[in-house]
Amino acid sequence: MTFQLFLQQLINGLGLGSLYGLIAIGYTMVYGILRLINFAHGDVMMMSTYFAFFGVSIFALPWWVAALLAMILTGLLGISIDQGAYRPLRRASRISALITAIGVSFFLENAALVVFGSRPRAFYRPEMFRAIWHFGDISLLSLTGYTILITLCLLVIVYFIVYKTRMGMAMRAVSKDMHTVPLMGIDLNRVVAFTFGLGSVIAAVGGILWAMKYPQIEPLMGIIPGLKAFVAAVLGGIGNVFGAVLGGFILGITEILLVAFWPELSGYRDAFAFLLLILVLIFRPTGIMGEDLPE
Amino acid sequence: MLIIDNLHVHYGGIQALSDMSLEVPEGKIVTLVGANGAGKSTTLRAVSGQIPYIGGTVEKGRVIFQDREITFLPVHKIARLGVIQVPEGRHIFPNLSVLENLYMGGFHRSHDREFHKDLDHVFGLFPRLQERKKQLGGTLSGGERQMLAIGRAIMAKPLLIMMDEPSLGLSPKLVDEVFDIIQAINSEGTTILLVEQNAMAALSIAHQGSVLESGRMVLEGAGTELLEDDRVRQAYLGEDV
Repeated sequence: MTFQLFLQQLINGLGLGSLYGLIAIGYTMVYGILRLINFAHGDVMMMSTYFAFFGVSIFALPWWVAALLAMILTGLLGISIDQGAYRPLRRASRISALITAIGVSFFLENAALVVFGSRPRAFYRPEMFRAIWHFGDISLLSLTGYTILITLCLLVIVYFIVYKTRMGMAMRAVSKDMHTVPLMGIDLNRVVAFTFGLGSVIAAVGGILWAMKYPQIEPLMGIIPGLKAFVAAVLGGIGNVFGAVLGGFILGITEILLVAFWPELSGYRDAFAFLLLILVLIFRPTGIMGEDLPE
Repeated sequence: MLIIDNLHVHYGGIQALSDMSLEVPEGKIVTLVGANGAGKSTTLRAVSGQIPYIGGTVEKGRVIFQDREITFLPVHKIARLGVIQVPEGRHIFPNLSVLENLYMGGFHRSHDREFHKDLDHVFGLFPRLQERKKQLGGTLSGGERQMLAIGRAIMAKPLLIMMDEPSLGLSPKLVDEVFDIIQAINSEGTTILLVEQNAMAALSIAHQGSVLESGRMVLEGAGTELLEDDRVRQAYLGEDV
């Protein structure tokens, strides 16, 4: 393997990792404030691809308008899931909320099967994402380049929201001391809803880019990316948005390199991700950037 | 200003308050004293609306603030009426800077001239906080945390501040300082409801004192009057009479 080839694979891995990272941000933010693993998050991402798909195919919208609308609708979906399914369980045990999350996941998958049908649909890849960029011997699909750029931009935006805005300050406060925040006159429910909305919008970006990369969508497409984004979030240190993207990058790169170096192992790439999860949970349960929790 | 009327609160099978009544007049310092488990903290939590969130139930009774019933109002709405609790154990936000903790107190206020005047006022009361305003709350000492918790409450522009054990875990010198600050805040017009183990100090600054026993008020009077009361001296000041 030449250095060029290695670099090529590294960039491909970064592209794939960006997608994991985008989905992982929502996982990690929700966990950060509610200590809830929202297992429906991958399915929320699946729904975003259908929103965008229908925008383009039925309503004949320009792709970027469809994408923006899909982001908004997905954000609203995320908020509705929280308000409808998780909010009544706010004072219940964590395991109840976790089981409910799995239930919501099954509900979305099966509702999508019934409403959208099980037949995979071809997803539109816009012109600007089809070009091939050349850098010396390295060639790169413009979609991959844009995906990495969009991920980094969104990371900066999320950083700005979390560390420089009032809502972000409230989110950080909730993550450490949920019960004291209402004493400040802050409606906890609005902070939680905002977090679900933001995480879902970012998952929609990830979902739409995912569907452009693997241009076929179907109701169960969210399961594996969702689980891998969960691995990325845990790897990076759950609760930390930078960790989520870093975990995504590491997972994406190692997955791609694994397949590049040992093509005969390519059938095990999913298994590899979960092996990684098990190893992280055994040797460093707080992940790379996670702080050591007192509990 | 605040009226607690015949309040009954229980956690599971445990009765925390039974027939608790109390009146806090505007502009005064009212101190609640009593043994552990007498219901002092529960009283403050009931006023703040926190009982359902800690697994309890308000069975009976009413809490009225400025002629408005607030018994079952959500916690954040009660706080926005100007009823601000400084919780036991301070509960400052350890992952937020000192300045951000103060911003949290005045979360809904616009950062106008009046806001900055209040911020300067807090820094005037607690110069240590200004020195450390960029530091994370979690790096502060116990005394500094208590100052930050009080400063955070001031930033909310409260009408009534309820303090739960503000002197707990502080050195004697800091305890005096905290009680001086409480008096200073009160002299600026803010009503104070104070819960304290340190009955002597708390009653000596109080306009009115109440003694709680097993979830109800058993004795009430002017702060200095209670200090003279034999039962109080025996039970809470540890003196043989």
